[in-house]
Amino acid sequence: MKAAGTQAETAPRTTARAQPGFLGGAVAIAAKDLRSELRTKEALNASLAFSVVILLLFSFAFDPTAEETRALAGGLLWLVFAFAGALILNRSFARELPNDCLDALIAAPISAPALYLGKAVANWLLLMAVELVSLVVFGIFYNAPWTRRFWPLVGVIALGTWALTVVGTLFSALTVNLRLRELMLPLLVYPVLIPALLAAVQLSGPLALGEPLASDMMVWLRLLAGVDLIFTALALTLAETALVG
Amino acid sequence: MREKTLIAFCTVAAILLAYNLYVMLLVLPDEVSQGPIFRIIFFHVPSAWTAFLGFLAAAVASVLYLVRKDLRYDAFAVAVTEVGLAFAAVTLVTGMIWARIIWGIWWTWDPRLTSMLVCWLLYAGYLMLRHAVEEPTQRARIAAVFSIFASVDVPIVFFSIRWWRTQHPQPVVWGGGSMDPAYWNTLFLNWIPLLLLGAAMAGIRLRQERRQRELEALRRMAHAL
Repeated sequence: MKAAGTQAETAPRTTARAQPGFLGGAVAIAAKDLRSELRTKEALNASLAFSVVILLLFSFAFDPTAEETRALAGGLLWLVFAFAGALILNRSFARELPNDCLDALIAAPISAPALYLGKAVANWLLLMAVELVSLVVFGIFYNAPWTRRFWPLVGVIALGTWALTVVGTLFSALTVNLRLRELMLPLLVYPVLIPALLAAVQLSGPLALGEPLASDMMVWLRLLAGVDLIFTALALTLAETALVG
Repeated sequence: MREKTLIAFCTVAAILLAYNLYVMLLVLPDEVSQGPIFRIIFFHVPSAWTAFLGFLAAAVASVLYLVRKDLRYDAFAVAVTEVGLAFAAVTLVTGMIWARIIWGIWWTWDPRLTSMLVCWLLYAGYLMLRHAVEEPTQRARIAAVFSIFASVDVPIVFFSIRWWRTQHPQPVVWGGGSMDPAYWNTLFLNWIPLLLLGAAMAGIRLRQERRQRELEALRRMAHAL
């Protein structure tokens, strides 16, 4: 990356545009990813359909109206989100494989952490959209008054989804060239994410049923935020190694 | 590791194990509340320590690989991870046998059991990831990044699941559990042969890794000819 960067800086500018900074580069990558996804809707449609199917399957596994099933709401939601997330994350770097787009991206004059962050933000936005639609379906199928605590619930989901995407995007970059890529990614991501998923499940359960959070739940919120911070820092540090080598 | 060192490690481990088994089975009395089955702790706890030592060594070796790009560190990382995984399996299995007798069930979703299983799955994933990559330097890089992630994750897993629920007897170290000094001595004394055994196993695996590399180099040479 460094070599590419300095080369581009010393080369005569052919366009009037300035070099993108860290955030500029990340925003450009995120915008590119979102634009290409919104035009093809490849991963988005598959992920949405998949979440609805899983929500449907759960209604056969448990009696959807029973009180005990309502207690499972948090776990049910996050299983759906984790499965839907794997589909989107798998496509994130695999999309760049045809025509050697990934090599072009790596050669582009932005740093590897910026490239990684842009991809992660795009995945996060896509996954949040899928999750919000799944929530609506969940509310209808399982008769859950999830809108009653709308903003706290969205906040928890945003934090949990960030943990999923920050780890998933890095591992997606790692596994992009592997055979069995589609299988390896969930296999590696889910065990690493267990603390984050555990916290998110604990917090989402009552919120999805419209109940307030008990005061002893704050420990889970802190854990979730802490995991987000640690994984973001670690992933940004390792992004260069994961993408370039 | 040289052949002689390996043999020496294994011999000392065998002698110590024989002595420890004699002490455990014939000298030490049964524990008051648990009866004879409590003796499994002499293998259960030191195996867990050995496993974590292995994972810690793997994390250090992975960082060193990324810094120095020397494939020997990668070979070391995979050797100690495999040995750590084996000892983690010993911990899980001995724990399950103990639980069957004391609790009457093979498995319960207690934090320590769950964390150890998550830990085992993490590093099993590491080995599977290695199998999926052909090219040695690419494999080393990808595996090192994952190993660092896993090692950062392990303490978080342990704390988070501990908050979740608990049933495991209080850990004997830093946990408020108590044990007779005679048991303590045997526990530590039994850690030494397990460590030696682990080191010997890692040494053998390391040699195998080196020969594998030599073999690949020869194969490439043959192809070039």
